Amino acid sequence: MQNILEVHQLKKYFATQKAVDDVSFNIEQGSIFGMLGPNGAGKTTLLRMITGIFFPDSGSITFEGKKFDAINDIIRIGYMPEERGLYKKMKIGEQALYLARLKGLSKAEAMEKIRFWFQRMEMESWWNKKVQDLSKGMSQKLQFVTTVLHEPKLIILDEPFSGLDPVNANLIKDEIFRLAKNGSTIIFSTHRMEQVEEICDHIILINKGHKILDGSVKNVKQEFKENLFQVGFEKKPDAISGNTIFEVTGEKAQGLILKIHEGYKPHDVLQHLLARGYEIISFNEILPSLNDIFIRLVEGTPLAREFQNINTSA
Amino acid sequence: MNKIRLIIEREYMTRVKRKSFLLTTLLVPLVIVGFYAIIIAVSISGESNTQRVAILDEANLFNGKIEAGKNDKSTYTFIQNETEQSFKNKYKKEGYSLFLYIPRLNEEYTQIKVHSQSAVNLFVKSALERKINVAIERKRLIAANIDPEIYKNIKADIEIENAIDSGKGEKKSIAGVAYAVSFIAGILIYMILLIYGTMVMRGVMEEKTNRIAEVIVSSAKPFQLMLGKIVGIGAVGLTQFAIWIVVMGLLQLIIPLIFPDVFSQLSNPAITAAASQQINSGKLVTILEGLHSLPIGLILFCFIFYFLGGYLLYAALFAAIGSVVSEDQQEAQQLVFPVMMPLILGFVIMTKAINDPDSGIAVFGSLFPLTSPIVMMGRVTYGVPWWQLGLSMLLLVLSFLFFTWVTAKIYRTGILLYGKKVTWREMWRWLVRKG
Repeated sequence: MQNILEVHQLKKYFATQKAVDDVSFNIEQGSIFGMLGPNGAGKTTLLRMITGIFFPDSGSITFEGKKFDAINDIIRIGYMPEERGLYKKMKIGEQALYLARLKGLSKAEAMEKIRFWFQRMEMESWWNKKVQDLSKGMSQKLQFVTTVLHEPKLIILDEPFSGLDPVNANLIKDEIFRLAKNGSTIIFSTHRMEQVEEICDHIILINKGHKILDGSVKNVKQEFKENLFQVGFEKKPDAISGNTIFEVTGEKAQGLILKIHEGYKPHDVLQHLLARGYEIISFNEILPSLNDIFIRLVEGTPLAREFQNINTSA
Repeated sequence: MNKIRLIIEREYMTRVKRKSFLLTTLLVPLVIVGFYAIIIAVSISGESNTQRVAILDEANLFNGKIEAGKNDKSTYTFIQNETEQSFKNKYKKEGYSLFLYIPRLNEEYTQIKVHSQSAVNLFVKSALERKINVAIERKRLIAANIDPEIYKNIKADIEIENAIDSGKGEKKSIAGVAYAVSFIAGILIYMILLIYGTMVMRGVMEEKTNRIAEVIVSSAKPFQLMLGKIVGIGAVGLTQFAIWIVVMGLLQLIIPLIFPDVFSQLSNPAITAAASQQINSGKLVTILEGLHSLPIGLILFCFIFYFLGGYLLYAALFAAIGSVVSEDQQEAQQLVFPVMMPLILGFVIMTKAINDPDSGIAVFGSLFPLTSPIVMMGRVTYGVPWWQLGLSMLLLVLSFLFFTWVTAKIYRTGILLYGKKVTWREMWRWLVRKG
């Protein structure tokens, strides 16, 4: 697979902090890419550089194999910022048309696409309404539509589900999957881990302007697994005598949580238990949730960064 | 540049389609013309008001006869065998609206009184005073043994004509007219800069607080957004002015049809002259002559030039202010202050300049680009040396380019910065930063 976006040693320093400090990553065409990080980690700054709003201080961005050229490449990118923005007093239809045409669509093309999307998202009756009359969830939907309307190759969604009820969140989630299946690449920025696990193929974790984790969801989980297994018993034993293969680290209603020691395999555990006559009804591996990994990696660093002073008087 | 066109179109259309635009565009000329019509109507109605005046002339000032003026429809009746006290309570019943009492034995004529039910209209009062003055003068002339006819020929009432000798031959002075035209043009420019400048600022603030700015700048460059907004709102201003001019023109055609009465009287110079004691028909002619001898073409050209130049300059400044404000109206007022200062200064210098168009401060004000749009309009009717006009325009264009370049830098950063108060020092840092 070809990389749609390659970011190499990107840096952006502001007067009071190093917002993005030497970050590199690649995004495969057609993948759903999760960009995680606590509040103030530098995600938005990074996204603003990828969308051409900010110029990086140093480093390079390669888009579709060529050096990123904000003015021309921007029409192939759709960006939904975290801070939602729409003209409150403008009619919804006109607004969608305006934003689509700013992305370079002709009037006829834009109209056709708006009709399609409005129908799809059950928004046809909204055409003459104003944004100020919409609920938060409704304007969120509109924002999503205006972001993907021009069929961008790269769609950047910053916290797309905030403020959405479960029904509409699912609607948007399905659309994200469909867009990815049709060849769009999606960058999905969030600090809500459960969504990432569900949606993303590949993730990076940003903290304090640095990339601290990079990999596919599966690999990351494998990397951070603690060899924990949950064993369900027909009749839960009171205690299992000490052995060198594993130790008991927790209890559940019908079972125990075991940590396998270095050098042993799940197979050894089962053998050990069966040999002692325990009736086992289930046995499965506990992989850490991204949430756990996230907390483990970020813990100890204050969530909102303190301002780092860098010398600006020079 | 297609994007700028789209942005201009949106800025223009959303504003023009608003109800408030329609309302102000139609109401302002209606209010102005209505105001004008009311003033005329009031002054005319004062004139055509027919009063029935009872006169108790104990001093025998009028010798029992009174000359009604040419357009004076009031009737004057001399009454006998009454006293002020006795008639005071009766004149209303006998059908008189006013009762004029001139007491006897008073050389200074200080006790003259007019009785009425409600306050006497100024116009009626001054008409009566005029009649009494003429009668007193006449009496005194006769007492001094002077023929009133001879006296009339002796009396002088002249006006001085002012000829200005500036290069292109003599031209009649038009001081009064020039004064008025300068003042109106200066005020108009001042108001335009203020109204449309703050409209730009509010537009930018709206985009910033709605957070739409970030969406737009991921499609278009911030500079395009800023320029599109400034040009779009400028076009709204021009449209509004064009409509005002057309509507005012139409109203001036229509009003005489609706109120033929008022205007047939108004077009009669004698009445107009009489309607206001200050302006006699001779002066009216001077005004018309004055208007015709003004360099109308130059004034119009300057007006449009300084309107556009001044607007573009101030709109850029207001846009920058709007971009650094974060939702706080009070903060906006603080930041607006330095931009308002030169505007107000310009207005003050302009009021000086129309009195003394060639004074040092007026020349400075008409060259300094932040005040020149207002001040130059105050000077241009008096005739300004070409080099000054040229220099002023050049400076305005250069500073417009400079300020747009500078403010674009502030705008670019400010519009994406939320929830933080921006200091002047920070803005300065954005300016000097490269890239």
